[in-house]
Amino acid sequence: MSSLITVLKVAIITWMYSRIHLVFILLLLMLAACSPQPNNDETPQLDSSEYLNNVGSDTMVNLALAWAEQYQQINPSSTISVTGGGSGTGIASLINKTTDIANASRRIKAVEIDNAQANGVEPIEFIVAKDAIAVIVNPNNPVDQLTLQQLSDIYSGKISNWAELGGEDRPIVRLSRETNSGTHVHFLEQVLRLGSKEDKTLFSTDTLLLPSSEVIGAEIRNNPNAIGYDGLGYVTPDMKVIVVSDGLGEEAEFIYPSAETVNDGTYPIARDLYMYTAGPPVGFVKTYMDWIFSPEAQIIVTQLGFVPINSP
Amino acid sequence: MQIPKFNSESIITAIIKIIGYSAILFVGLIFYFLLSEGLPAIIEVPLSEFLQTRWYPIEDYYGILPLLVGSLVVTIGALIIAVPLGLLTAIYIAEVASRQTKEILKPLVELLGGFPSVVLGFLGLLILSQYLREIMNLPTGLSALTGSLILAGIAIPAIVSISEDALDAVPQSYRDASLALGATEWQTIWWVTLPAAKSGVLTAIMLGIGRAIGETMVVLMVTGNAPMMPTGLDTLFNPTRTMTATIAAEMGEVANGSTHYHVLFFIGIVLFIITLIVNVTASTFVFRRKKRSERILS
Repeated sequence: MSSLITVLKVAIITWMYSRIHLVFILLLLMLAACSPQPNNDETPQLDSSEYLNNVGSDTMVNLALAWAEQYQQINPSSTISVTGGGSGTGIASLINKTTDIANASRRIKAVEIDNAQANGVEPIEFIVAKDAIAVIVNPNNPVDQLTLQQLSDIYSGKISNWAELGGEDRPIVRLSRETNSGTHVHFLEQVLRLGSKEDKTLFSTDTLLLPSSEVIGAEIRNNPNAIGYDGLGYVTPDMKVIVVSDGLGEEAEFIYPSAETVNDGTYPIARDLYMYTAGPPVGFVKTYMDWIFSPEAQIIVTQLGFVPINSP
Repeated sequence: MQIPKFNSESIITAIIKIIGYSAILFVGLIFYFLLSEGLPAIIEVPLSEFLQTRWYPIEDYYGILPLLVGSLVVTIGALIIAVPLGLLTAIYIAEVASRQTKEILKPLVELLGGFPSVVLGFLGLLILSQYLREIMNLPTGLSALTGSLILAGIAIPAIVSISEDALDAVPQSYRDASLALGATEWQTIWWVTLPAAKSGVLTAIMLGIGRAIGETMVVLMVTGNAPMMPTGLDTLFNPTRTMTATIAAEMGEVANGSTHYHVLFFIGIVLFIITLIVNVTASTFVFRRKKRSERILS
């Protein structure tokens, strides 16, 4: 701040002693006007066919990176560049033809497909892995199991004391990821609104929107009042995972999130992780996509805490 | 008659000139960018919607009131803590402490000011918030209070450093005259030295406000970011969401040119206006003070 004031002072003093100050302002304005504009439509230079660009979901960025590293070790001549930025960013890049593969932790929206087709891109969908969203509480919390209805009531603010759920007489502190996270949107649609499109329930306003999985983890570990949710890959042993039931059928069956329960469809808060290509994959993109479905690549999925897709 | 200048001098003058003007130019360009990106929000979202109390941009709820109030609560909380503490520390360092103590204390305070705010945020998240939750029996320690405390920690070094300089600049003759008239040391500090240094002290406080309201990383980490409307005096102990944290958290993934994007820039304009008001108030006040003291002195 003080340096800015100094600079301003110098500027004013200089101005007082100068008659050609206008020339400099004009010069600078011209410089600013002439500065090169970034061109978004430019595709990356493909000087070898062994190059591809992979942009998208932050949830999937570690997975995509691990795949890319492993593949480049096997095929040293190949170059795979992986960037995060979010599912929306990835799909936008695919539409703008700046990426070969877009990662998304949610399905592409109808409006995005329209935009893509208007730009001459036909997005092709691949489900490359699955992810369960685990509901987590402090290890000292006596509550073990919740139904989706109860979770919905907790997060919409209808239930605000653990005693109503068979726990201690403590206020419930609701933790959530930020609104731009794919996990947040998925939890809103599948849990808070119980999958109903007409339901317009929102998160209770006192829901803490935390910027990262690490912050959620820190609060869950320390605060016995807290409840949170996150991708299965982010759950550590010092948190307590709640067993969840969809509450349907005669006897509610409470399911622990795991690779098996996600794959057989019994765990209710699971989602698919997608990759999208512009048109049916050809050349190196096809080779890479085929490799991702190989058992070798799907082992990496398990190692990172995600759920591999069922091999046919 | 102009004395012919050396060539090197004219080059240096030109360089300084360019640097000087570039500062004005950059401020102007930033302001233009802010306006051009933020003003479309007023057309896209009716004003009545901005004054709603629900902030949930992914479903087109753009009520910025809870964010505005959140920023104010956290900043005012920080100032209530930082101004008395900072001022008293400055008085102690400048007026009371021995030369030796002063030489140790001042660099230490300035070192505190050099801490990256993200480090303080981590301390707040992992230690202070847990501690506050336990001793005050709060539902969660991620609250406006934690944010205020950490922001006070950030504002105090700025306040101390500048107020101390201002107090130090008060001529020794003022103090001597006051003491010679029979005033005690405390009377001298409170009625003579501090009023004489008022403009510098006010600048220090304004800079403190500027740092507190503009701070982003800390509030994003420790205030819980729940866009709640205050219901009463317990607001300070509840989670809250500030304007800066909202911009920082949401700008990353927002689609370029969307309504949400424009609204985030609009929040930036609101922040800019607030800091502008603070600065203008401060400078008019300081300016008036100077004139009056000049009158007295002459």
